[in-house]
Amino acid sequence: MSEVLHPGTLDELVDAVRSTQRLLAVGAETKPRLSSVDATKLSMEGLRGIVEYDPGEFTFTALAGTAVREIVAALAERGQYMPFDPMLLDASSTLGGVVASGLSGPGRFRFGGIRDFILGVRFVDGDGRLLRLGGKVVKNAAGFDLPKFFVGSLGRFGVLAEMTLKVFPRPSSTLTLRLDANSIEAATSILLGAAGRRWELDALEIPPGELRVALRLAGPPPALQSIASEILSQWDGQIMARDDSMALWASLGEFAWTHRDGVLAKVVLAPTQLARLHHSLRTLEDIRIHVSAGGNVAFVSLAASVFVPDLDARLRDLGLSGMTLRGIGPLWLGHRRVTQIEGAVKEALDPKNRFPSLDE
Amino acid sequence: MSNAVLNRLATLLSRTRLLAQPEQLAAYESDGLTAFRARPLAVVLPETADEVIALVRFCHQERLPFVARGSGTSLSGGSLPVAGGVVIALNRLNKILHLDPAQRIAVVEPGVVNAEVSVMAAPHGLHYAPDPSSQSICTIGGNVAFNSGGAHCLKYGMTSNHVLGLKAVLATGEIVHWGGASRENIGPDWCGLFTGNEGLFGIALEITLQLLPKAEYFHTVLAGYRTLEQAGDAVSAIVASGLLPGAIEIMDALALEAAQAAVHAEYPPGCEAVLIVELEGPREVVEVDRLRLDQIIIASQPVEARPARDAEERQTIWKGRKCAFSAVGRLSPDFIVQDGVVPRRKLGEALRRISEMSREAGLRCANVFHAGDGNLHPLILYKGREAGALDRAEELAGRILRMCVEMGGSITGEHGVGVEKRDYLSAMFNAKEIDCMKRLRAAFDPLGIANPGKMFPVTGAPALQQHGLHPLEKAGVISRE
Repeated sequence: MSEVLHPGTLDELVDAVRSTQRLLAVGAETKPRLSSVDATKLSMEGLRGIVEYDPGEFTFTALAGTAVREIVAALAERGQYMPFDPMLLDASSTLGGVVASGLSGPGRFRFGGIRDFILGVRFVDGDGRLLRLGGKVVKNAAGFDLPKFFVGSLGRFGVLAEMTLKVFPRPSSTLTLRLDANSIEAATSILLGAAGRRWELDALEIPPGELRVALRLAGPPPALQSIASEILSQWDGQIMARDDSMALWASLGEFAWTHRDGVLAKVVLAPTQLARLHHSLRTLEDIRIHVSAGGNVAFVSLAASVFVPDLDARLRDLGLSGMTLRGIGPLWLGHRRVTQIEGAVKEALDPKNRFPSLDE
Repeated sequence: MSNAVLNRLATLLSRTRLLAQPEQLAAYESDGLTAFRARPLAVVLPETADEVIALVRFCHQERLPFVARGSGTSLSGGSLPVAGGVVIALNRLNKILHLDPAQRIAVVEPGVVNAEVSVMAAPHGLHYAPDPSSQSICTIGGNVAFNSGGAHCLKYGMTSNHVLGLKAVLATGEIVHWGGASRENIGPDWCGLFTGNEGLFGIALEITLQLLPKAEYFHTVLAGYRTLEQAGDAVSAIVASGLLPGAIEIMDALALEAAQAAVHAEYPPGCEAVLIVELEGPREVVEVDRLRLDQIIIASQPVEARPARDAEERQTIWKGRKCAFSAVGRLSPDFIVQDGVVPRRKLGEALRRISEMSREAGLRCANVFHAGDGNLHPLILYKGREAGALDRAEELAGRILRMCVEMGGSITGEHGVGVEKRDYLSAMFNAKEIDCMKRLRAAFDPLGIANPGKMFPVTGAPALQQHGLHPLEKAGVISRE
C-alpha cells in the first residue's frame, strides 16, 4: 500500500480515519522504522500550527504536524523552551512524531522526558471519534492519563491530532564540560557520581566515538563557572569552547554521528548495566554508541553490514529492550514483555483494528 | 451468602487478618472525605504481594467488589468502601524493598508512607519530590492510584513523573511489570496510564520511584499584600521574569486568621493575602536568582516582605501554610475542600468570582492555593447541623468546579475525581470521551469490581452520613491540601 492521505483539517482527519480500513499517521518520517508497516499512510503535515501559546501559563497547544523547530523558535522568542530537548529538529520532526515515538534528547536528564511534559491530547480513536483527554493546564488529575500512554505508542492506538505541553523558562546560559574517562567503568562512575550531586546538571552523556563524559550545566553564567570549577576539581577534563560544544549538541540532537545506512536503535537501561552493554556490543563491527540521560538510554548505530539479529540476541542476553528507529530490522529488539492487557487496551481504543498493532 | 463468602475468604489469610465485626469495620467506613460512609463486608490485611494477588483473583472469581486502601487520606472519597465489598488494606505491605542511592531509585511496596521514602533516602543526600500535605501518613500506593501532587508540582511534576516502574495485579488477576530502573522507556507509557487510575485498574504491588538530589539551598520569602489581586500580580511578575520557583503559594485573609489561631503563625498585619515563594537549587544559582526575585517582590509593593533567614524560619513559614486546612477546621465545624484548576492568568478573576458566589450562598470561603500552577483550594465553611447548609455548600462547590472548567481548567488538580466529583466529570469531558475512558476501564476490569462507584457518574450514590474533620485531622496527625 503506497497510498498517502493528506488531511488539511480536523474534519478531514476524522473522515480519513473513518473511511480507511488500515492506516498509520506519519509526520516527517525521521524515524522511518517506526512507521514501516503495510498500511495507508496518513500524512499529518497538513495539520500544523501553534493553536494556543500564552507564556504566562507555561503551556502551548499545537497541531500534530507542526514542525518542532517552529515551536522551539516561538518559545525561544518568549524566553521559554521544552526541557526534554526534542531531537531531529533540522530534519523537520513533527510534534506528533515526537510524542508517538517517545524520543527525548539529552536535556531530558534534568526535568524528565516528553512523558513528563505532555498535559493533554486530542486524538482520533479507531471508531473515528475525535476525543480530548487530559487538560490544558499545568496541573490536572481528572480522568485516565491517556496522554501519557500515547507517548511511545507509535500511532498504534489512535491518531494524535493536537497536543498540549508544559514548557519552562529557558536558562540564561549553558556551559559544557568534557571529562576524561579511560574505560566504560570509569565513565559510568562519573555518570553516577555527578548525577547524585547538588549541581542539577542539565545533560550528562557519553558521546559516541570517545570514552569521555559530556556534562552540560544550565543557569546564570557566574553560577555555572563556580559549579564547573568544583566539578573539574573532582575529575580531569575541561570546559569546552562554545563552538565545539554547540557542534557536539547539534550532532547528538540530529544523530549526525550515526552510520548513514544500517540500524539506529534506542536501548533503555539502568546506568549500572552500561558496562555490560558496552562490552557485549563492542565486538560488533564499527559500532557507534551515544549514551544519553546519565546512562539511562543508549542510541546504537550499526554499520549496514552488521547482522541485526546479533544485536537483538545480545540485548536479550542482557535482559535489555530496544526499539529500531531507522534501518531494516525488527521494530523491537531484545527482551519484550507480552501482556494480555495490551490487547485489551488496543481493543478498547481501536476495536476495528484500523491501526497496525505494536507487533507489526 | 455473605457468610459463605467470608468463609471462603478466610481460607486465603489468617482469621486475625480478616476483619468482619462491625466494630472492626467502623474505622474503614470512611476516608478523608468524611461526608461519605459505607460498610464493607470485610476488611483484609494482606502482608505479602502474593496474598494481594490471591485476594484480587478471589474477588474476580466471586465477582466481589474490592477497594484498595492505604491510610485513607483521600479527599475525593477514593478509598470509600463499596457496601458489601472487600477493603484490601495495604498498610502491612510497608517495606522499602530496595534503595539504590547510586542510581537514585527506590523500589517500595504500596503501604510505604510517602515521607518514609525521603527519610530513608536522606542519608544519601536524596529525596522523593512529591509532597502532598498528608505526606506524613499517606501511602505511595494511594499516591500512585490518585497521581497525588503537592506544593512543588510546577517544577517537579506530580507522582506520575516520579514513577519509573510498576508491578501490579490488574482487576482481571493478570500480573504486569512495566518499566523498571531506567528513567527512559520504549513503547506506550503503561506506568503513566496506570498512575492516577483511582483504583479502577488494579493494585500496584511494587513501585520503582525516582529519587532526586536534595536541593542544596533555599530562598523562601513570605510577602503580605493589602489585596489578593496584588498578590496575584506578584505571581504573574515572577512567572514572567523567567524564574522557576520550587513553590508559589497564596493564603487569603480567612486562611491567615485560621493559621494564626492554630499555630500562632505571625503574618504582616492588615493583609488580605500572603504570598510564599521559594527558590531552590545549587547555592550559586539561588544566590543569583534571589536578587531578581527580591527586586520583583519589592516592585510588587507588599505591606511587608520577610525572607527566611535560616532553616528554622523557613520551617515556620511552611508550617503555617501546611497546617492551614486543619486550622480552618477551628473556624467552622464543617467544611468542603475543592481543588479545581484555572489557567494562571485567570486566578484573579476566579478568586473574585469565588468570593461573589460565596456571598450569594451566604457561606464563608477560605482560599489556600498553589498559585504557581493555578491549583485552587477553596475551603467552603458550613454548619452541618444547620438545615440545608450542606446542600448550599455542595451547590457552591459545584459552581466553583464549573467555573474552573469554563475558564479552561480542570475539576481536580491533585485530589482526583473519586466519589466527590464524579458528577462533574461530564463538565470536563463529553459523552464520547467518557465512553472512551469507560472502555479503558473495562479493558482493565471487565467485571467492574475494582473500586466501582468512583470517577464515573453513577445512579444510587451512597448516602451522606457524617461530616467534619477526620479523626486524625482533629488529632493534628494529618492535614489537607
